[in-house]
Amino acid sequence: MANEISSSLKVFNQRHLLGIADLSPHEIQYLLDKANDAVSVSRQQEKKKNVLRGRTQINLFFEASTRTQSSFELAGKRLGADVMNMSVGSSSVKKGETLIDTAMTLNAMQPDLLVVRHQSAGAVELLANKVGCSVINAGDGAHEHPTQALLDALTIQRSKGSIAGLIVTICGDILHSRVARSNIILLNALGARVRVVAPSTLLPAGIDRLGVEVFRDMKEGLKDADIVMMLRLQRERMSGALIPSVREYFRYFGLDAEKLNYAKSDALVMHPGPMNRGVEISSDVADGPQSVIETQVEMGVAVRMAVIEALIDNGGANA
Amino acid sequence: MPDNSLLIKNGHVVDPSQDLDAVRDILIENGKIAAIGARADADVVIDAAGKHVFPGLVDARVFVGEPGGEHRETIASASNAAAKGGVTSFIMMPETDPVIDDVSLVDFVRRAARDDAQVRVYPAASVTKGLAGEELTEFGLLQEAGAVMLTEGRRSITNNLVLRRALTYARDFDLVISKETIDPALSSNGVMNEGVNATHMGLPGIPREAEIIVLERDLRLAALTGGNYHAAKISTSDSAEAIQKYKQLGHAVTCGISINHLTLNENDIGRYRTYLRLQPPLRHEDDRQAMIEALNSGVIDIIVSSHDPHDVDEKRHPFSEAADGAIGLETVFTAAMRLYHNDEVTLMRLIDALSTRPAKIFGLEAGSLKPGSNADLFIADLEMPWIVEEADIVSKSKNTPFEGERFSGKVLQTLVGGVTVYQENS
Repeated sequence: MANEISSSLKVFNQRHLLGIADLSPHEIQYLLDKANDAVSVSRQQEKKKNVLRGRTQINLFFEASTRTQSSFELAGKRLGADVMNMSVGSSSVKKGETLIDTAMTLNAMQPDLLVVRHQSAGAVELLANKVGCSVINAGDGAHEHPTQALLDALTIQRSKGSIAGLIVTICGDILHSRVARSNIILLNALGARVRVVAPSTLLPAGIDRLGVEVFRDMKEGLKDADIVMMLRLQRERMSGALIPSVREYFRYFGLDAEKLNYAKSDALVMHPGPMNRGVEISSDVADGPQSVIETQVEMGVAVRMAVIEALIDNGGANA
Repeated sequence: MPDNSLLIKNGHVVDPSQDLDAVRDILIENGKIAAIGARADADVVIDAAGKHVFPGLVDARVFVGEPGGEHRETIASASNAAAKGGVTSFIMMPETDPVIDDVSLVDFVRRAARDDAQVRVYPAASVTKGLAGEELTEFGLLQEAGAVMLTEGRRSITNNLVLRRALTYARDFDLVISKETIDPALSSNGVMNEGVNATHMGLPGIPREAEIIVLERDLRLAALTGGNYHAAKISTSDSAEAIQKYKQLGHAVTCGISINHLTLNENDIGRYRTYLRLQPPLRHEDDRQAMIEALNSGVIDIIVSSHDPHDVDEKRHPFSEAADGAIGLETVFTAAMRLYHNDEVTLMRLIDALSTRPAKIFGLEAGSLKPGSNADLFIADLEMPWIVEEADIVSKSKNTPFEGERFSGKVLQTLVGGVTVYQENS
């Protein structure tokens, strides 16, 4: 259905991808359909398309990330773009160059696409306002990580057929998670029922007003869930300020086989990676039959190919 | 040299100090108000027909960059901004580099103000040396040198004993301690009002309690010591209730609010606009409305601009990495006129809160057009429409929260001691 719409009308009208909140349900579905096609490209022996030949993509990461950065790099390269990686440690920024200075410098190199990750919410949008090319948000503070939510949705859709009506339980550090925010918005837009499970110190104020049901008891939150989405607990949050200890956290909020039993028997187990085994997830579950964590990584490349192509198709580079 | 006599005729005069709200002629002689309402001839006559005439505004909370941050704002540039905004007196915060915590530095500000400023600039001194929150400054000597207020700038004094002693000792000199009220630990890395908006934007929040808890502690210590306490910038309905309670008990407590918190709410931050990153943070609309009510009932005594200049290096950052604060000297009057036009606050109450009351609380010779007063006043057109544009800002820093805003009401001419220090060129 969405495909028919996308072929007859121009449904995707974005110049940048800064957040899921900026997208209509049709635009989300358009990207998912496009990504679904891209999966097959990655599964062929000849993985390279030439659609972005001669185009330049710069990955600008103010926060270190091996997975996301390499996923974007591979996506760009499979489309035929020239990809450059720039890791800007926050320390060099503190030496004086502001985010905007960095943006202007890169802009002068005439890229067609910037992929940006930054530790502060709103930073990628600030940068997008200053450059002449398309910008993809690869994660900004605790705000959004739109390609992660899209790849999660694609993983779910390919396994379950449709997202509408599914019960999706997101567990863990909701407070600091951009993955959670983007997923909450996307899953609501596509008609899922979203639950969050976390200790109250890791829940942001007013989360219940973002369209989720809030649970403190993981077993209750997992009951009849179709999807169990675990979040990474950052090491620095474990120091006793927000939760007292790793073992206490794992006891109440770590996903193990026993807790997973409360979800539906065919529930999918997801994690955006990198995992802390024994902290938020046990190894047997992470590697078990219900886990689609590796599929998520594969879908990540496909989703990023789709997003990059959609933005370049929109003439983002010259707009 | 000022002309010997000047007549401002036919203007609609609003002066809370004499409960005057009528068309009156004002005669100025030798820098003072000589007569009001009497027929008179003068060397120079200004026709203010159809315009309003107000006592010059008294801004009790202005941050300046001199000494130490002259690229942000000098005493001279702040005074130009003040003159343009109808502010004829302001109290300068001691949070400079070095901190105004010593007689020689108070003297420096007084001399710089005398030589460079077009409006009256009064220094405030810090409560503790170097704003470290430990040792008290020389309240008596600082007052003799010209300090009119004690304040710890943006900081809360966390040590209860230090604050108790400061309030006790300041009482002996009849000095007011003006304090911001924000708990540094509870607000820690927060950058905007805690709630669903902050959560949606992925920004760490500052709970209202960060203000209320410190304010309630301060009020208890003010009651214990009998000291003169002024809460510099409140922003929540609970804060207003606490102030009201202590006022009713007869304690010497007063409070102020920034014009920003009367005219803006957290939604105005929009998409991470750092010029609206303030301390305290902009709150929910419910709190803004409670603040209007508290201003009308007199629980909130005064309005300040909380003028806080920051250059682009400190503001053109992601929201959570930017500095707090916004300039306001040039827009405080016109923003207040929005409250008048919206029928939220009367003209009389606004001018009282912007001029007469602050002069009274801090003992300044200002805020009145009674005969014998300094001829500090301004003429304004309450209906004149204009748009705030960066290019027109005279302050050295351009961090206005009202950029692009449409206002009705503009200062046309400002006089300090009978001398015109600003005139709108139309």
